[in-house]
Amino acid sequence: MNLYELTIHEAHRLLQEKRISAVELTRSVLGRIEAVEGRVDAYLTIAAEKALEQAMAADKLIGAGDSRPLTGIPLAVKDVICTRGLRTTCASKILANFVPPYDATVSEKLQKAGAIFLGKVNMDEFAMGSSTENSGFKPTRNPWNPDYVPGGSSGGSAAAVAADMCLGALGSDTGGSIRQPASHCGVVGLKPTYGRVSRYGLVAYASSLDQIGPITKDVTDCALLMNAIAGHDSKDSTSVPREVPDYSRNLKNGLDDIIVGLPREYHDSGGLDPDVARAVDNAKAVLKDLGVRFTDVSLPHTPYAVAAYYVIAPAEASSNLARYDGVRFGVRDKSSDSLQEMFRRTRSGGFGAEVKRRIILGTYALSAGYYDAYYGKASQVRTLIMEDFKKAFEACHVLLSPVAPTPAFKIGENTDDPLTMYLSDIFTIPANLAGIPGMSIPCGFSSKGLPIGLQLMARHFDEDTLFKVGYNFEQASDFHDKKPML
Amino acid sequence: MKISKEEVLHVANLAHLEFDEAEIDRFSEQVGKILEYVDALNQVDTTGIKPTSHAIFLTNAFREDVPKAHLDRQVGLANAPEQEDGCFLTPRVIG
Repeated sequence: MNLYELTIHEAHRLLQEKRISAVELTRSVLGRIEAVEGRVDAYLTIAAEKALEQAMAADKLIGAGDSRPLTGIPLAVKDVICTRGLRTTCASKILANFVPPYDATVSEKLQKAGAIFLGKVNMDEFAMGSSTENSGFKPTRNPWNPDYVPGGSSGGSAAAVAADMCLGALGSDTGGSIRQPASHCGVVGLKPTYGRVSRYGLVAYASSLDQIGPITKDVTDCALLMNAIAGHDSKDSTSVPREVPDYSRNLKNGLDDIIVGLPREYHDSGGLDPDVARAVDNAKAVLKDLGVRFTDVSLPHTPYAVAAYYVIAPAEASSNLARYDGVRFGVRDKSSDSLQEMFRRTRSGGFGAEVKRRIILGTYALSAGYYDAYYGKASQVRTLIMEDFKKAFEACHVLLSPVAPTPAFKIGENTDDPLTMYLSDIFTIPANLAGIPGMSIPCGFSSKGLPIGLQLMARHFDEDTLFKVGYNFEQASDFHDKKPML
Repeated sequence: MKISKEEVLHVANLAHLEFDEAEIDRFSEQVGKILEYVDALNQVDTTGIKPTSHAIFLTNAFREDVPKAHLDRQVGLANAPEQEDGCFLTPRVIG
C-alpha cells in the first residue's frame, strides 16, 4: 500500500508506532500530487517546501513522545481560508496576489495540533457555485471521470481527498458547498452547526450561512478533524460558547435508539435521478438492518428554500464583497486616474461572471423599494423553514435524504443556465438556512460509475449523532473503500 | 422582463461595477429569470412571521476591552497595491 492512500487514523497509528515518519508520509502525498494533478487540477498553490519543514517539525514532536491525532498529517485547505504567509485567492483574479498577514482560527488550530499544510485547493470563485467551474483560474475535474465536475464550491477539497492528494481537507459550506462535492467525489463531508467552528479568517460570502467543515476519506477521520477545529472563538462573535465533545467517543455505539425521519418533500420530489433514488433506498435498508426506526416527517416549506437562499445569500454577498476595491489588498486597475473609476475598473476586471451576477442580484434585493419584497420576505420564509425542522426533530433524531438530485454532471453542461445550477442545491440549502449540521456519506454509484452521497441532518449541535449513524452505516457498507482509477 | 437594462445599470452603479452592452443584456435576462423564480416566495403567507437574520440565537457577544497585540503597520500594508509613507495610496479622490 502507498502511504498517500492512508486515512488520517491509519497514518496516525503508523506515525505513533514510528513505522513511518511524517517526512516519508508527506513526500509520498507530494509525489502523488505531482503524478495526478495534471488530470485533476485540484490545487491552486502547492507548498511542498513548507510542508516538508512542517513534517520535520512533526517528526521531532513524535520523537519526543508528543503525538496527537493530527501530528504529522498532511492536509489541504480550501483557498477561502486564510493561511499566514501562504497565498489565499478565493479562486478570484481580484485576490490573485493576496498573502494573508494572519491565520484563520482553524488554520492556527490545525497547525498547533501538528498538522501539515500541503497547499491551497481550488473552488468556485468566492465559494459561489456548485461545480468549481466558476474558479477564476481553472476548473477541477472529478477524479472518477475527468469529463465530469467534482461539485462545488469545495470541489478542489473533495477531489483532492478522493484522489489521495491529501489525507483530509477543509472546505466551507454556505448552501451545500461541502456536502455536494463530497457526494460527487465519493468522500465524507460535514457542515457543522452554524457557530460550532470559528469563521475568523474565512473569507466571507454569506455570513449568516457560511460554516467551515472537514472533508475526509471516512467518518472516523471527519470526527478527528472536527475535534481539532470546533469550539468557541472570541474573534468570531457568532461562534457559540459551548463545550466541544470528543466526537470520536460515540462512533461505535449502536443505533437501536435512533429514529430516522424521512422528509416527504425530499423523497417525493420530481427530478430525482433513478440511480440516486435506488442508492438512497439501499441506504435505508442498510440502516434498518442496523436497528434504526423510521418515521415519515414533513418539511412543508422545502419548495421555497432555494428561492429564499438566492435572495439572502446574494444580499449578504453584495455587502461582503464591497471590500474588494483595490485600496488595501488584492489587484488594482492601474489605468484609472480617479478613485471612483479605479473602484469600478478593479472590480469589473477582477470578479468573474457568477460573482457579478450575485452582486447585482443582492444589491437589487437590498435596494430602496425592493428590500421588503425580497430580503424581508425571504427572511420570514427562513423562519418558517427553521420551524419546519424544529417540528420534524420532535419526532426523530436524524433526517435522511439524498445530498443532490443527480450524480455529478458534465463539465460545461450547466454553465449557461445559472438557475438550473442553483436548483441542484435543493436538498442542502435548507440546513444552512436553519443552521443545523449535515453530513454527506458515500452510499453508492451511478450506472456511469459516479459516486452518490447520502445526507444526514441533525438538531443544532448534535454532530455527535451524525458521526454515530454515519460510522455505523459506513462499517456496514464498502463504498468508502472504493478508489477512482487515475 | 423582471429587471430592465436601466435597473441593471443603476444597480451596477451602486455596486461599483461597469458592464458592456452584451453583459447588460445577459445579466438582465439571467437576473430577471432568477427574480421570476424567487417570486415563488409570494405564495407563502408570512403574516405575523418574524424575520430570521441569524440561525443561532446569540445576542451581544461581550468581552473585556483589553489591549492585545495587533498587526505591525508594515505587515498590514504588505498587500497594498500602492503605499507611501506608511499609508495606503489611492488615485485622487476629488476630481
